[in-house]
Amino acid sequence: MGEVKLMKGNEVLAEAAIRCGCDGYFGYPITPQSEVMETLMARQPWNSTGMVVLQAESEVASINMVYGAAATGKKVMTSSSSPGISLMAEGISYIAGAELPCLIVNVQRGGPGLGTIQPSQADYFQAVKGGGHGDYKMIVLAPSSVQEMNDFVDLGFELAFKYRNPAMILADGAIGQMMEKVELADYKPRWTKEEVLEKNGDWATTGKTASRKKNIVTSLEMDSAKMEQNNLRFQEKYRKMEEEDVRYEAIQCDDADFVIVAFGTSSRVCLKAVEVARAKGLKVGLLRPITLFPFPNKAIKELARKTKGFLSVEMSAGQMVEDIKLAVYEAGSNARVDHFGRMGGIIPTPTEVVEALEEKFSWELSYGVKRSY
Amino acid sequence: MTEEMIIAGFGGQGVLSMGKILAYSGIMEDKEVTWFPSYGPEMRGGTANVTVIVSDTRISSPILQEFDTAIILNQQSMDKFEKAVKPGGTLLYDPNGVINPPTRTDINIYKVEATKTAVEMGNPKVFNMIVFGSYLKVRPILSLDNVEKGLEKSLPERYHKLIPLNLEAIQKGQEIVKDVQLV
Repeated sequence: MGEVKLMKGNEVLAEAAIRCGCDGYFGYPITPQSEVMETLMARQPWNSTGMVVLQAESEVASINMVYGAAATGKKVMTSSSSPGISLMAEGISYIAGAELPCLIVNVQRGGPGLGTIQPSQADYFQAVKGGGHGDYKMIVLAPSSVQEMNDFVDLGFELAFKYRNPAMILADGAIGQMMEKVELADYKPRWTKEEVLEKNGDWATTGKTASRKKNIVTSLEMDSAKMEQNNLRFQEKYRKMEEEDVRYEAIQCDDADFVIVAFGTSSRVCLKAVEVARAKGLKVGLLRPITLFPFPNKAIKELARKTKGFLSVEMSAGQMVEDIKLAVYEAGSNARVDHFGRMGGIIPTPTEVVEALEEKFSWELSYGVKRSY
Repeated sequence: MTEEMIIAGFGGQGVLSMGKILAYSGIMEDKEVTWFPSYGPEMRGGTANVTVIVSDTRISSPILQEFDTAIILNQQSMDKFEKAVKPGGTLLYDPNGVINPPTRTDINIYKVEATKTAVEMGNPKVFNMIVFGSYLKVRPILSLDNVEKGLEKSLPERYHKLIPLNLEAIQKGQEIVKDVQLV
């Protein structure tokens, strides 16, 4: 068993980065994730593992440093919060277009604009539908505890390198600021030069030797026919993610009449809401997507055949609810899909969630059957 | 066992650090813990509060509107959190800083003269540990051995020389807590 500590989510991100053998972190401070770089600077990993930590002059600079460093086949990352991620969107699109692995952490705060520094989940669309321009996808992991903030750093890198694609940890201010018991991973050494060559030598700019072809890293392709082939290859990769790397947790869904779908902080609130609802005699379950892209589409489809309704609970005006509706539609089910959310940095309470469920599904609750249209 | 509590007072009273020591003591007792603070502008110059949950099982929501226990250290927090104590729950307060004492009749109420005692002990900084001691007396969910280990874990090594003083304050808190109302 690893070392057990009481730590903030943000601190754990930094600690996990050092321990998983990350080669470089480039970032720019912003509330509510400034503790990530604070912790890294205090830990001074350049003296121990040799990891580079650099405060760039802006988010735009940070993401482009990540772009450059990722091209060398090393494990590099950045973190920011909502407005900062918007600034990085162009760079993320270039990284996806150049097919480079990296880890980006978004500790979300309320928007739009400068918004608030309190937690939010309103960057769901930005994270799972692209954010930057062009047809690209990121692997998006949604931690719901400080332990998962630890675990998903290593997992994020693993998936990023598996697909040569940017991976994002989509957390929020609450998980960043909250302290919980966490079992830290053991130290993994950083990849040696030989290991980088062996793993990534066929695409990374590791210094050309006489015996191999040039590795060119670019997102530019002026020949449309070739660019379409690139896009087809990207799409194939995204379909493979959907086949192989969907992660979710289903809690008390087996006999559920209603399924709450929630991720991150709101899934924690909903776990309590399920307890409250069950105590009232309502058969409610919780489906917690762990990967937001790839989305647990199949799990929703299967549940759609037996449940009366889905309630998407998000700290936003309702974004993930659209993906749930799509899955229910594809299942040919008439299960009803509704949304409950709070915005502007407010976290819903478990009681509010149960009340919303009772109000929005009052027809089904009164008549005991699916409502038909 | 799940204990859901709120500790609320002014910034600088040691509310967040008391919560942290409590959470660390919980870890020493092999329990799950969550420490969720108010952060941002709320913290600056105004009230500070932290939700601490200690449980034998997986912890669900860090956001709660009802608590098993509320530790209340100023009037603003009393106005906000007296009503948030579950019926049959526990409210612990320091009368110094609370102008209107609690009026609920369906909860256990305890009073701790922590500000006064801290001054008598000659060290206002141990105020929060006196309150912590009183809490441990009325809600003995953690053993004192583990509290001592929790202190060791949560205080940087350079402050370890202050652990005996903190333990003394905890001891004092256990002695001076008074029942106001038991249900």
